[in-house]
Formats: sequence, structure tokens, C-alpha cells
Amino acid sequence: MKQSRFNPKEIGSRFSYSRREFLRDAAGLTLGSTVLRSPLARAANVPGKKKVVVVTFGGGARDQETFFPEGQENIPNLMRDLLPRATFFTHVVNRGILGHYVATASLATGVYETINNFAALPPANPTVFEYYRKDLRRPSSDAWVVAPSNGFNRIGESNHRSYGEGTGARVILPKYLLKAAMSDRGADYEHLLRDNYENPYYTPELGNREFELQQLEMILKLSASEFKAHAKALSSPDELSLYIVRQLIGQVAPSFLWITMHDIDVAHAGAYSLYIEGIRRTDRLCAELWKLLESEPEYSGKTTLLILPDFGRDADEDAGGNGFQHHRTGDAAARTTWLMAIGPGIREGVIYDRVVESVDLVPTLGAMFGFSPSFAQGKSISELV
Amino acid sequence: MLPRDLRPDHFRAYPPQAAKLAVDSLPALRRLPLSFLPSLLREVIEYDYKFPAERAALEKEVAKLVSLSDSQVANLFGGFSKITLSAQLESSDWVSSPAQFVEQLSAHLWTTHQVDDFRVAATKYADDLSAGLAAEPPPIPRLGITVIGEGVTSFDVPLFRKLRPYGTYFSRVKPENGLRLLLEAVGTRAKVHSVPYGHWYVDGGEPADHDSALTTISYRALAPTREALLGRIQSETKRPGMGPEALRSIMARLQPADLRMSRTGDEILQRFQLKLLTEGSGTQLFSTSFAQWTAREVLRRAQPLTLLVRFAPRQRQKPMNELLSANSNQQEMDAVGSLMDADMGAYYNWLNQQRLLGAEKSSFLVWFEGHNSALAISPSIPRQTESESEADMTKILSWLV
Repeated sequence: MKQSRFNPKEIGSRFSYSRREFLRDAAGLTLGSTVLRSPLARAANVPGKKKVVVVTFGGGARDQETFFPEGQENIPNLMRDLLPRATFFTHVVNRGILGHYVATASLATGVYETINNFAALPPANPTVFEYYRKDLRRPSSDAWVVAPSNGFNRIGESNHRSYGEGTGARVILPKYLLKAAMSDRGADYEHLLRDNYENPYYTPELGNREFELQQLEMILKLSASEFKAHAKALSSPDELSLYIVRQLIGQVAPSFLWITMHDIDVAHAGAYSLYIEGIRRTDRLCAELWKLLESEPEYSGKTTLLILPDFGRDADEDAGGNGFQHHRTGDAAARTTWLMAIGPGIREGVIYDRVVESVDLVPTLGAMFGFSPSFAQGKSISELV
Repeated sequence: MLPRDLRPDHFRAYPPQAAKLAVDSLPALRRLPLSFLPSLLREVIEYDYKFPAERAALEKEVAKLVSLSDSQVANLFGGFSKITLSAQLESSDWVSSPAQFVEQLSAHLWTTHQVDDFRVAATKYADDLSAGLAAEPPPIPRLGITVIGEGVTSFDVPLFRKLRPYGTYFSRVKPENGLRLLLEAVGTRAKVHSVPYGHWYVDGGEPADHDSALTTISYRALAPTREALLGRIQSETKRPGMGPEALRSIMARLQPADLRMSRTGDEILQRFQLKLLTEGSGTQLFSTSFAQWTAREVLRRAQPLTLLVRFAPRQRQKPMNELLSANSNQQEMDAVGSLMDADMGAYYNWLNQQRLLGAEKSSFLVWFEGHNSALAISPSIPRQTESESEADMTKILSWLV
């Protein structure tokens, strides 16, 4: 790359101001370092039966289309409704592989996993769901994952010899449920059911349609025809996921729920407007989820919601990439993202710009719930526990 | 096999000019680390089908490597030498299939957490190499033009927001005959400053009348190729055991004739078009993605003096409820979404143009087709400025170049 009057580095410097400034200006938030800590006071506010919901704001959103000044128009619900009530970390780094499945697995294990992103394999290290259930002796009905596509079907538990089969979360793949429910139809919905946007022509095959239909009827109390009718009124797979979450919360009320959003990853097709549309939809769905949690007696006042993208996307200024389209360069924009936490005991309207890592999530959840994630690499985020 | 074991007969499968380039520089190639060499060979094996600017750059790079002393090689490639590779990578046929090796290397770097080290080594190599090569400025300042918004009658969101800090926004452009005037201007540049593959017209839809001196690519003209490619992808993905890596390998091996491209004509251009569709993401489905990616690749590879890119409406992405309905086969266009795609695409076109030599003298114009809005960037035009001067395209171009 040659020097020029409009060198891309110059353009990049426009974004180089302190990561805390962009939010402080926008939302009148307090800097975390100025807040006196009082764990006892916070602990007194936490009701007994804690619930946690984790949402990955995905797949892959850049700061400049979300919390940077020019991106805030795309997340009006997060800015207006959630941020003033949240503790916000502006600098979350993912040092692992930037593929959605393996990155989500890393988030869920607290270890930078190295499994094949495009194979239906379990994580190598114990998942947060296994720690949660085994250490706290929780039943399988108490930890659930709602994930977008077939590739995530093994995310609920590892193949670690100390944990593994039967000790993890139950996984619901709404698009796969839909496929099972619509098996009477031809191929006209195959496009909808594509597994991911990075390799749109590849979908790992899963078996046992009957089991999926049983999940619908036995657990979610939905007939296939009801489910199909609802699906036909929704505009995206992530909306379908939220619909499933509503059913799950209403029928099962798990204490630990993990939702992987994925609409944003349509960016791989290269159409910027669709990427922005995905961000705006995810913003709306996060706000709807929080309203749902507040309105449900089982969840209201005792649920912590954690929202974070799995990672960012390539910087416009990196000649090795093609901007927002992919997450292949491993540059800072692709590795850096944010984390929002909201709920009882979480300070409201506070931001921190110290660096935390993706793998810190599991130890933090361990501290929140009271289990020991002994194989996780990260550190508990002290400001949240 | 390691680079030190290379022999001339290892390059028998290379096209003739590529083989000659490799064999003539064999002693230099033998000194390079395996974590680097296949990346170079991936370029060398394509030498016969490269644009003149790419050939010149590759020849200079190879000549530079030949000229280095052993200690200079050790210094330049120190970072690459520290990268550890698997036995599987070392034993693969990286000479005949360098692109496949590079793809496997990428996966290896990610899984072994060496990707950041590799990135540092690659950046050092690029910086040191470019500092040591004599750079030839373009014979005339480059001109980039991007036309966006075909088919949009009104749009009330401000356009060109990312570009405004770098140029002047014109709010009273006379739109009459705008596209014709622009095409005439770039056609004239192509004839006056004739350079092979130096002047391009890329259209995301049906190309307008233009001078034959322009190298032209259009989404519409490639429709049969796109359809053939999608058909091929669908049939391949139905085969048992097919995964993304295998599919990518199949795509990489496709030849123009495999996708019903003409057996006559410009082979370099045909292979370029084939790569746009087999390597670009979304280029097979969305005309806006096609236009943006094509512009990126034209700028990166051909390094043109002139590039006019016209975005056209892409097909509408259907929401889930429509996909589930009975009438899901009707194809509609999304003009407004395409305008937003193209607005970002214009920014990327400018960024990619500024990566080329002579950027300090380059000019750029983006126009909302059929409307009064345009933005111009040039050394002679003020930055972060708005102008209410009435001007047609000819007048604005006269201020640019």
C-alpha cells in the first residue's frame, strides 16, 4: 500500500478516539472507573433464584455500524431502552478463530477452541452448560441453547471426558424444526434453511425428524401446523428464534438460556443494506427479549441479560479484506467488539473501556451462578459479579 | 517436499510463461520458507493470465528476490521462518496446487494461533519489498467514477456521507445526459491514453452505449455464466460427502469452458470474469455485490487509469414469510436497498483507488444517477465542502482532471 494524501490510515484515525468517549457523549453514561464499588450493596438486591440469558448479537457486527456515533442510528432500541440500564464494556477482544461456530464454542467454553468451523463437532473443552448443570446439579430442562442452524447442533456439550454426553444444554435449532415441520413441502424453502452465509451452499445434515417434532409438541406445546403458521408470519430466522424463545420461556422457564442470533451474517453476500437491516432487526429483537423477560413473572427482577457479538468484521481500511463483508483478516476491527450486561445487581449506565476477552464470559457466568469452570482460560469480569 | 528440493520438472504443469518465470528464478525460490513460497507460486502459476500491471509487479518482485543476499533473505523472511507447519502441509503438492496449499495454510494458522504472527511477517514483507522497488507513477492521474441509484426516483437519506470529508458535495448537478457524458469522457481518455486494460467500464446491469476502447464487464452479459455456475454448485452440493472445502476446490479448478464461456475471445478477461464469480461472495446473486467486487478486483489487479462503475438494482432478498409462501419464485428488484449498497460501494471504490500508486493526484466522482447530487474528490477540489454551483457532468469533470 502506498502513501497518499488520503491514506486509509488517515481515514482510520477518525475512529481512533477513546472507545469510552463515543458512548459517554451519546448516552450520558458514567465512566466505570469513577464508580465506587459496593459488592455487598449489590448482592443485597439480587433475589434468590437467579436466571441468566446470553445473546450473541450475530453474526459479527462492527463497532462503526453499532455503538460508534455513525452506527447508533442502527441500534435505537439498545441505545434508548437498554444502554441506560446497563453496564457496558467497550473493548471486548476475541483472540480466537473468527468463524461463527468455533467462536461461539469458544464463548461457551471459555477456551479459544480450534474445532473445524464447518463440521458438526462438539467443543473440545467443557461448556458453560456442563459446568452449570454438573456443579449445581441442575436438570437438563434448566439449560437451553437456541441457535440458528444445523452447524450449531453440538454446541450444547463437549466431548470432554469429565463431562460430555448428557451433561450439557439442550439445543433447539429453529430452522431445523421448521424443516421437520414442513417436510411435506418441496424444495421451495431450501433457500431459507441454508445453514450459514459464509458457505451458503453447505448445510450439515442432521437426522431424526421425529425427535424434532417431539420437541415441538412435548416441550414447546406446539403442533407442527401452529408452528408453520407462526413461521409464515415472521420475516427472518432470528425472529423465528425469538418465537421459540417465547415458547421456551413460557413452557419450560429455564434458568440458563443461550440465544445465538445470526441474521447479520447476511453481510457475506456483500449487500450493505442487508447487513444494516440485520443489525436493526437484531437490535429490535434484543429489546423485545428484554421486555419479555421483564414481563414474565418467572424472570422479572431476577434475570441478567448479557448481549455481545461473537466478533466484529474486517475494517474498511484493511486492504486484505473487503470491509464489512467478511471476517477473515484477523485485524483489530474483526477481533474487537463490546458487551452489554443488564439486570439485578448490575450497575446501570456505567461503561468500562478496559480490555476484556471473549473467554472471560464463562468465568463470569461461573461467578454469577456459583460454579467453577475449571478448564476455562478467561478471568471473571469483576465489575459484573 | 521443501523449497530447497525444488527442480525444474516440478513446474511442468505450469503454463509456459509461468514455468519459465519459475525455472529462471529457481535458485532464489529454493531459499524461501515454505510458509511463504506457495503464496508467491499462487501468483506465478497465473502469470500467463495476468494483466500487464500484475505481470510487471510480479516480475519486479521475483527479480528483487533473486537479487537478495542470503543475509537479506534471512532478515526479510525471519517472521515466516518462525511459522511452524504440519507434516501434512509439508507433504502436500504445494508446487502444482499452491492456491489449495494457501487455503490449508490459512486454516492451519488460525487453529495453531499463528495467524497474527503470519500477519506481522506478511506486512513486513510487503513494506520492505515496496520500499525497495522502483515505483513508476501512472502516465496520467487516475480517474474513478461511480454511478449509483439507477431506478430510484426519490431518496431522502443523505448520500456519500463517508466520502464528504474528502471532497466537495454538489447539490445542483444537471442530470441531463449525465451517463452519456461520463461514458464519452472515459471513452475519450481510453483513446487518447491507450494502455492495455487501462480503461474500464463495469456495469451492474445492462451496459449503456460506450466506446469499444473501454474494457467492459457487465452483470447482464454474464447471466449465462452465472446460471451455469449456480447449476454446477447445486449439483455438486448434492453429492455425498461434499463440504465447503471440497466445493471451494472444485470452484477453483473450473475453466471458462466449463461455464459456457466462449472458446474464443480475450482469455485473460474471461479468466478474470470467471474468478469474479467463483471467488467473489454474493457476486453470483446480487448485482451490487458483483459491481463492487469487480471494481475492487479491477483496481487491485489491472490498476487502471480510468474506471467507471455503474451500479444497477439487485434482486430483492425475500423475507422468510415470502419464502415460505407459494409464490416465492417471482423475482423483484430492490432499488432503494441497492442504492444503499452502492453508496457504500462507492466509498470502497474510492478507498481501493487510493491504495494505488499516484493516489495523491487521483480524482474520483460519484453521482446519484438522474438526480442533482454528486460528490467530487480531487487535489484541486476543496474537502468537506458543499457547492450550489449549477454544473453538468462535463463541467464537473473539467474541475477534476
